[in-house]
Amino acid sequence: MSKVNTAAPQSNGSGVFKRVAQKLLERNFLLFVTIVLFIIAYVAGLFAFKDKNFGNLQVFLNLLISNAGLIIIAVGMTMVLIIAGIDISVGSVVAVTCMMLAAMMEKAKMEPLPAVLIVLLFGVVFGAVQGWLISYLKLQPFIVTLAGMFFARGLTAVISLEMITVTNEAYVKLAQYKMYLPFGGYLNRKGEMIYPYIYPTVILALAIVVLGYIMLRYTKFGRTIYAVGGNEYSAMLMGLNVKRTKLLVYIINGFLATLGGVAYSLNTLGAFVELARGFEMDAIASTVIGGTPLTGGVGNVIGTLFGVLIKALIETFVSFQGNLSSWWSKIIISALLALFIVLQSLLAMRKEKQR
Amino acid sequence: MAIGKEILKMRHITKNFLGVRALNNVDFTLRAGEIHALMGENGAGKSTLIKVLTGAEEFESGEIWMDGIPHPIINRSPQEAQHNGISTVYQEINLCPNISVAENLFIGREPKKHGMIDWKTMNKKAKEALAVLDVDIDVTINLENYSVAIQQMVAIARAVDISSKVLILDEPTSSLNDFEVSKLFAVMRKLKERGLGIIFVTHFLEQVYEICDRITVLRNGELVGEYEVDKLPRVQLVARMMGKDFDDLAEIKREHKGSTGKEEVVVEAKGLGCSGKIKPFDITVNKGDVVGLSGLLGSGRSELARALYGADRPDKGVLKFKGKRFTSRAPIDSIRAGMGFLPENRKEEGIIADLSVRENIIIALQARQGMFKLLSRKEQEEFADRFIDLLKIKTADRETPVKQLSGGNQQKVILARWLLTNPDFLILDEPTRGIDVGTKTEIQRLVIKLAEEGKAIIFISSEIEEMLRTCNRMAILRDSSKVGELSGDEITQVNIMKAIAGGTTV
Ligand SMILES: Nc1ncnc2c1ncn2[C@@H]1O[C@H](COP(=O)(O)OP(=O)(O)OP(=O)(O)O)[C@@H](O)[C@H]1O
Ligand SMILES: [Mg+2]
Repeated sequence: MSKVNTAAPQSNGSGVFKRVAQKLLERNFLLFVTIVLFIIAYVAGLFAFKDKNFGNLQVFLNLLISNAGLIIIAVGMTMVLIIAGIDISVGSVVAVTCMMLAAMMEKAKMEPLPAVLIVLLFGVVFGAVQGWLISYLKLQPFIVTLAGMFFARGLTAVISLEMITVTNEAYVKLAQYKMYLPFGGYLNRKGEMIYPYIYPTVILALAIVVLGYIMLRYTKFGRTIYAVGGNEYSAMLMGLNVKRTKLLVYIINGFLATLGGVAYSLNTLGAFVELARGFEMDAIASTVIGGTPLTGGVGNVIGTLFGVLIKALIETFVSFQGNLSSWWSKIIISALLALFIVLQSLLAMRKEKQR
Repeated sequence: MAIGKEILKMRHITKNFLGVRALNNVDFTLRAGEIHALMGENGAGKSTLIKVLTGAEEFESGEIWMDGIPHPIINRSPQEAQHNGISTVYQEINLCPNISVAENLFIGREPKKHGMIDWKTMNKKAKEALAVLDVDIDVTINLENYSVAIQQMVAIARAVDISSKVLILDEPTSSLNDFEVSKLFAVMRKLKERGLGIIFVTHFLEQVYEICDRITVLRNGELVGEYEVDKLPRVQLVARMMGKDFDDLAEIKREHKGSTGKEEVVVEAKGLGCSGKIKPFDITVNKGDVVGLSGLLGSGRSELARALYGADRPDKGVLKFKGKRFTSRAPIDSIRAGMGFLPENRKEEGIIADLSVRENIIIALQARQGMFKLLSRKEQEEFADRFIDLLKIKTADRETPVKQLSGGNQQKVILARWLLTNPDFLILDEPTRGIDVGTKTEIQRLVIKLAEEGKAIIFISSEIEEMLRTCNRMAILRDSSKVGELSGDEITQVNIMKAIAGGTTV
C-alpha cells in the first residue's frame, strides 16, 4: 500500500493531486470527506468575508495558533479512540496543567523548564494510572476517565481558587515569541512589509501530528493499536500484547494532554479553576469530525488535524460575522458532528451489505 | 520422513469452566514430523485443549513439556506460545478485519527498514506467503473485504509462516472448498517433511484418513485413546468418539421421493435476479421437496438462496410464495410470511454471543409472532429443552450464554432457531458444517422428515454425499447463474460433478 500522502504539493501538477484524491476516496473515505469539507468551508469563507481580508495568510495561521493545544490533545485522543477507548479527563488535565505551571512559576518561583518537566511527568503518571485501571483491571474507560476528570479538576481547585497570572519573564517571552515566515507578507498603510507569523506552539503541534502519523503508520506499536481496536480478542490470539498496548496508549495520551496543556498555558498565560471546561468535548468532536469513529479500529491524525481546523474555521466565521453569539459555533459544530456520525454509520452499513 | 521424537507432551491436563469440567486428566503427545488428528464430538474439549496449550486459556493442573526445555512450561499468552515455536489457527478466525491482509499476516513481526515498517517489502512477502496456498488477492486492502474462506486461508498462511516446531489447525477446513483443502494439505505435507508436528482438528473423517498419521480421541473432556490411523477403521473411530457403535455411512432410507408434481407449489421464482450477485433464474419448490443447490464455492448457491429469502433484495423478476406474489423488504417480512434461512456465515450473521441458549433459540419465533405476543417463559423453556435434546446440544444449562458453547454446539443452536419457527419454506445453507458425525446424520434424517411433513426445503452443502442422501432434486449453479436441474435417478455423484464442471449441458 503506498502511503496516503495528504500533503500533496499542488505544484506537482494536477496528476499527483488527482491520484492522491482518488486513493483517499477509495481507502479512506472519511478522511476525504473531512478534507473536502475543510476546503469548501475555507473557500466559502473567502467569498463571504472578502472585505475583511479572510484570505490573509495570517487568518489561516491564527487557526493553528489558537488551537495548538487542542491539536496536540486531539492526536492523543485519536489513538485512544482507535483502541475503542475514550478519555473525558483531558479538559481537566489541561486546567490542572496550567494551574500547576502558574503556581510553580509564580508562587514557588520556579524556572519554566523544570516546571514544564514536572507537569509532563504528572501527565505520564496520570495516564499510566488511568491506563492500568482500564487495561489490567478491565474497568470502563468512560468511568475511569470520568473519575480522572473530577480528580484533575479538584486538584486544580486545591492548588488555587484564585486566578493566577503568569509573569515569569522567560515564559512570557517564549509565549510571545513570534516566528515570522519569510513569505506571504503584504504592505500596510504605512508602507511597511508585514510578514505573517506563528508561535513556537504551532511548530510543536505540527511536529506532534507528524510524529503521531509516523508512529501510527510505521511502527509495530502503531499498527498494534489498530489491531486491538479492530478486535481485541483476535489481537490477543494473534500473539499481540493487548494490555500493554492499551496501557501505553493511555500513557502517551496522558503525556500529550499535559503537553497540550503547556501549549494552552502559553496562549493564556494564566490559570483559573474553570479553565478549559468542556475542552475534552472539543477534542473528541474534532477527532470524530476528522474521521475517527468512536467504535475503534479506524482513524488517523491527519484527519484529526483537519477536524480541529474545521472547528477553528467555524469559530472564525462566527467571530468575523461579528454579531452572532459564540454559541453559534457550538451549534454548528454539533450539527457537523451529527452529520459525521450519520455518515460513518451509513458507511459501516454499506460495508456490511457488501459482504 | 519417519515420525521422530516427541516434541510436545501434555500430561494430566485438567481445566474447568465455572462448574463445567472441559478437560479431565488428558494426555496428549505430538511427535516431530507427524500430522496428529484431534477428534471428538462437539464439546468434547478439542478447542479447549488447544487454548490451554497455547495460553489463550489457563488450566488448573497438569504439565506441558516441550522438546529441548528441561522443565515443564506454561504459556501465559499466545505470544509466549509463539516464542516457544507453537503457532495456531483457532477455530474462530483470529484475525482483525480492519487492517490489511498483509498486516494480518505480519503484524507483530513486520519487516523494517531504518526502524520503520517497510510496507513495500511487507506486501511483497504477504503475496509470497499466500502464493504458497495458491491464493492470489490484493493484500493491501482490509481483510473484511474478503469471504470467510479467504480469511481462513489468510489465517492459515499466517500460522504456517510463523510456525517453527508445532502448527495447530482447529477446524481449518470447515469453510474451505475441495481445491483449497488440497492446497492446504500439500503445504501440511511439506511442513511435515521438514519435521514439524501438526495438530489437526476436523469433523471430516475422509480428511483424517487422507492426511493424518495418528489420532487422539477425546470424549466428554476425557482421553479415550491414541491410535495409529491405519489401525483404526472408520467405524471404530466413530464408535470411540461417540462411545457407542454407530455407522455414519449406513444408508439413510430414502423411500420419500419428494414431490410428485401434484403437490402444492410453495416457492416459485421467475426470472428472479439480483445484480452483481445472481443472474436471473427460475426455480420452483413444492411441498415435500428437498431441492439441493450444487456448484463450486462462489458459483452463486448462497446468493440464489439469499435472493429467495430477501436477504439481498432482488431487482429483477417475480417471486411467488404460497401462490401469492411476495416481496420482502427485510428478513423480518420473510420470517413472518413463513420462511426460514440458516445462513452459511453463522459466525457473523447468526450467533448473538451474550444471549443465553434459550434466547438464541426462541428469537426467530418471537420475531415471527411479533413483539406483542410474547412467548411465555414456560413455552420458551419447553422449546429450548426440546431442541437441546433433539440436536444433542451440549450445554451446562439452557441459560448458559451461547458464547460459552463449543463451536459445533453454537451451530446447532442456530439450526434449532430456524427449525423452531416451523417455516413452510426452509433454506439450509451448509447446515452440518463443523458438526460432528453423529449429529450430522441426525440432521440429515431430520431434513427428510421435515420434507415428509410437507415442508419445502432448499439444501446447500459442499459434501456431495450429504446431498445425495437428502435431495430429491438438484439445481446446478455455475458463474452466478442457474444452469440446470437434475431430478430423481439422475442425481448421482458422476452427474453432479459433470454438471458442476460444465461442458455438458444438463
Ligand atoms: N468460555 C467458556 N466458558 C464456559 N464453558 C466453555 C467455554 N468454552 C468452552 N466451554 C465448554 O467446554 C466444553 C468443551 O468445549 P470445546 O470448545 O473444547 O469443544 P470442541 O471439542 O472444540 O467442540 P467443537 O467440535 O464443537 O468445536 C464444552 O462443553 C463447552 O461448553
Ligand atoms: Mg472446537
